[in-house]
Amino acid sequence: MKILVCISKTPDTTAKIAFTENNTKFVSDGVQWIINPYDEWYALVRAIELKEKDPSTVLHLVTVGGADTEPIIRKALALGGDEAYRINAEPGDAYAVATQIAALAKDQGYDLILTGKETIDFNNSATGGFLAEMLDVPYVSLATKLDLNGTSATLNREIEGGEETMEVTLPMVVSCQKGMAEARIPNMRGIMAARTKPLKVVEPVALDTLTSVVQYELPPAKAGVKLVPADNPAELVRLLHEEAKMI
Amino acid sequence: MSVLVFIDHSEGTVKKNSLEALSYGAALAAKMGTDAAGLVLGTLTEDAASLGKYGIKKVYQVSDAALNVLDAQVYAQVITEAAGKTGAQVLVFSNTTTGKSVAPRVAARMKAGLVSGAVALPDLQNGFVVKKNVFSGKAFAHIAITSAQKVIAVNPNAFSIIAGEGSATVEALGVSVPASKVKVVATNKITGEVPLTEAEKVVSGGRGLKGPEHWGMVEEMAKLLGAATACSRPVADAHWRPHHEHVGQTGFAIAPNLYIAIGISGAIQHLAGVNRSKCIVVINKDPEAPFFKAADYGIVGDAFEVVPKMIEAIKAIR
Ligand SMILES: Cc1cc2nc3c(=O)[nH]c(=O)nc-3n(C[C@H](O)[C@H](O)[C@H](O)COP(=O)(O)OP(=O)(O)OC[C@H]3O[C@@H](n4cnc5c(N)ncnc54)[C@H](O)[C@@H]3O)c2cc1C
Ligand SMILES: Nc1ncnc2c1ncn2[C@@H]1O[C@H](COP(=O)(O)O)[C@@H](O)[C@H]1O
Repeated sequence: MKILVCISKTPDTTAKIAFTENNTKFVSDGVQWIINPYDEWYALVRAIELKEKDPSTVLHLVTVGGADTEPIIRKALALGGDEAYRINAEPGDAYAVATQIAALAKDQGYDLILTGKETIDFNNSATGGFLAEMLDVPYVSLATKLDLNGTSATLNREIEGGEETMEVTLPMVVSCQKGMAEARIPNMRGIMAARTKPLKVVEPVALDTLTSVVQYELPPAKAGVKLVPADNPAELVRLLHEEAKMI
Repeated sequence: MSVLVFIDHSEGTVKKNSLEALSYGAALAAKMGTDAAGLVLGTLTEDAASLGKYGIKKVYQVSDAALNVLDAQVYAQVITEAAGKTGAQVLVFSNTTTGKSVAPRVAARMKAGLVSGAVALPDLQNGFVVKKNVFSGKAFAHIAITSAQKVIAVNPNAFSIIAGEGSATVEALGVSVPASKVKVVATNKITGEVPLTEAEKVVSGGRGLKGPEHWGMVEEMAKLLGAATACSRPVADAHWRPHHEHVGQTGFAIAPNLYIAIGISGAIQHLAGVNRSKCIVVINKDPEAPFFKAADYGIVGDAFEVVPKMIEAIKAIR
């Protein structure tokens, strides 16, 4: 079994979101960068679990990004994985990311490619679908469970108002979310081992984008909360009914 | 040169979010000076022609029973072929679980730029620029689609349904349906409750409610309002509530009209999943709880006293 996990770098969940240069650039000063939580907690940890079940599994990680993504991919390697690739490009959009990963994965015989459900900065939820189409393999999005049985996988995926269990022929691409695995933290042994695991820098194929960011915008500040005294909850209900017209 | 809207249905009934997508597609077509059409895969039990009241001129149908299983690979092939046959320049999806599964594949297949999570109609003054949510609801980005063909996935509850008069002509499309590598073994729908991601109102509880035995009042309020129930992450982690109720950065991201948060502090990761709600109501005994900064209405007080009184007041106005 050969598995590839796609790892992206995102601002920490508590990072202050601000923009500069006429709202065209994200202010990254002072921002702490983390592995995108869906990639770490669900895609990567599930892949590690699958490798623990079947130690002959080959587990590769890939990220598309500049040299500044290396601490992130090293941290991922500290959790698990045999080796990592960094495709040395600053991708303009998710399509560009997928183009690069597809070029790397093509003909490499991966049975399974895992992505996170979405990046918490761009919230595209698109890279996995792009990748599956480029590689012409099945795609299961928003998966909450994944097991391998030789040449196929059994998965649960979120559907509106519930879940669906499905069997899919490998190879395939899966986007992972909550339910897949329990979060882990790297231990000392893992951190030491990660230092010597191969991290291969690959030059990109032609960069192709279909979209570009024109400008960012912060939502308007809330007008402020209207507080109702604790001894008069009926007044709150009246406001929601008559003023906000919500109930 | 037209707009084609993907119409998602559940066992033949068109989903509400698809009606939003139809209204969006029709408004976009008007803006572009062209027509909008809908595309149904599988079969509807309702009258397809009546979808004309959402502003579309035509409904195309590919009614192969194999399409009752959602396989993104198969769907992408069928939708792309349908787009080609009908001369669609812009494809519109709803950014639901189905949309997230299918829209990216269609976009990649057509080499069309995709904006998922759109919250407004495109600005056509300078190219084709679509506003979308980024940073988990903490900001917006205006994204230019630079390819000739375009795909937009509209966020649920971001664009209102516009219903008028009119009837659409229904046309069967001859499109070949490839074999699927996906077999659905079981479907498990949570019945009897309003699905969280489709709900217009949500009542949510946090660790402040102390234990699962105190959720009766949350459920009662939700039932009275026709709302779905949700919870914060520690509540789901402690198994006080099922995991499918967990909202926030790592749970569901929702955008209902009304979000009532009871005993939830309003941590930034929780807000990331709910800050797109139109009206936020917070009940918390701590006046310093960060949630009040994101709220429209609030009561600083003990939930165990406030909520039962709210329930009485809601009953009184029903
Ligand atoms: C990477 C990451 C991702 C995360 N993702 C999520 C996520 O998706 N969703 C999420 O919810 N959290 C998430 N968290 C956790 C988040 O940081 C908070 O810890 C969590 O939201 C707190 O839940 P809570 O508000 O229910 O509990 P608490 O923070 O314990 O707050 C309980 C609140 O109840 C109030 N209270 C107590 N008693 C009463 C009473 N009798 N009446 C009224 N009010 C009362 C208290 O004043 C307090 O404000 C994430 C954290 C990290 C680090
Ligand atoms: N730069 C990147 N390098 C590697 N994988 C990525 C990158 N960007 C996104 N991904 C993967 O694609 C998933 C979905 O991202 P997105 O489509 O941007 O929401 C992420 O959770 C990652 O697994």
